[in-house]
Amino acid sequence: MPGTIINPTRMELTRLKRQLRTAQRGHKLLRDKRDELMKQFMETVRENRALRQRVEQGLSEAHASFTVAAALMTPEMLRQSLLIPSRSVELDMTYENIMSVEVPRYHFAEQKGGTATPYGYAQTSGELDDAVTALSGVFRDMLRLAEIEKTTQLLAEEIEKTRRRVNALEYVKIPQMMESIRYITMKLDENERANTIRLMKVKDMILKEAILEQRAADAEVLRESGQLS
Amino acid sequence: MYKIAVLGDAQSVQGFAALGLQVCPAENAEQARPILHRLAKEDTAIIYVTEQLAAGLTAELDRYRKAVTPAIILIPGKEGSLGLGMQQVKTTVERAVGADII
Repeated sequence: MPGTIINPTRMELTRLKRQLRTAQRGHKLLRDKRDELMKQFMETVRENRALRQRVEQGLSEAHASFTVAAALMTPEMLRQSLLIPSRSVELDMTYENIMSVEVPRYHFAEQKGGTATPYGYAQTSGELDDAVTALSGVFRDMLRLAEIEKTTQLLAEEIEKTRRRVNALEYVKIPQMMESIRYITMKLDENERANTIRLMKVKDMILKEAILEQRAADAEVLRESGQLS
Repeated sequence: MYKIAVLGDAQSVQGFAALGLQVCPAENAEQARPILHRLAKEDTAIIYVTEQLAAGLTAELDRYRKAVTPAIILIPGKEGSLGLGMQQVKTTVERAVGADII
């Protein structure tokens, strides 16, 4: 591993090995999480697209009816008719947990007033009724769209984050640790060999000394016996 | 209790008042910006924004993308769809997968 200095000690090696095991387990878990998130994401995104098409279709129809109504009524009249809502919408929100991503779930309660439309029929055109009916028809889909679109956005965010982590572990962290472990093992092995060689050398030296001493002693004995005879 | 708001030009959003949604008319992005931030602060769970306005509010919309509330959903205005909503779905897929696969 270039750039960083690691102590080639047995303690460091054990530490690194433990770290590597954890990293590998984390990598596997994160990979599984990413795959499952992706599965969920594909399902929601498909629904999202279908729903969006439906909502856009429905809304443009409602807008068309509104345009006709606006043409038949004076703008003031139109504004007045819609000014006071006949019903109110209550929205409650809970969270659902998809693979540890908190996504909103909307619960929607409509408090209906007495009439379907917020205005009297005397001074408004029938097209306005159509427009309001069309709009309330598409509204349920709009709510569902809000829910599902937010879910896809949040899931996408989480997938991106998880993918980054998986890649960081797979291509940076784990190879780095393996490289360090290889370095330490090699260094330790080298030390071991150096030690063996040193011992052998010392042994040789001691042996050589012993042999020389023995020879000197032998020569002494020989000389003494020669003098005797 | 959360609110649902609709943000867009007056003609596009007036109909939603009949459904009991909170209607915030804004004629251009400059007008819409403070309204959007105010709505986001005031416990609004869903904000529907017309695509015509959203075109000028991309930075603001990106800011709320990561937050759980509000959910900002693009809807076509009275001029019809600009395809921005679909485009956003596409971008989301690209972010998640790395390529547009649908």
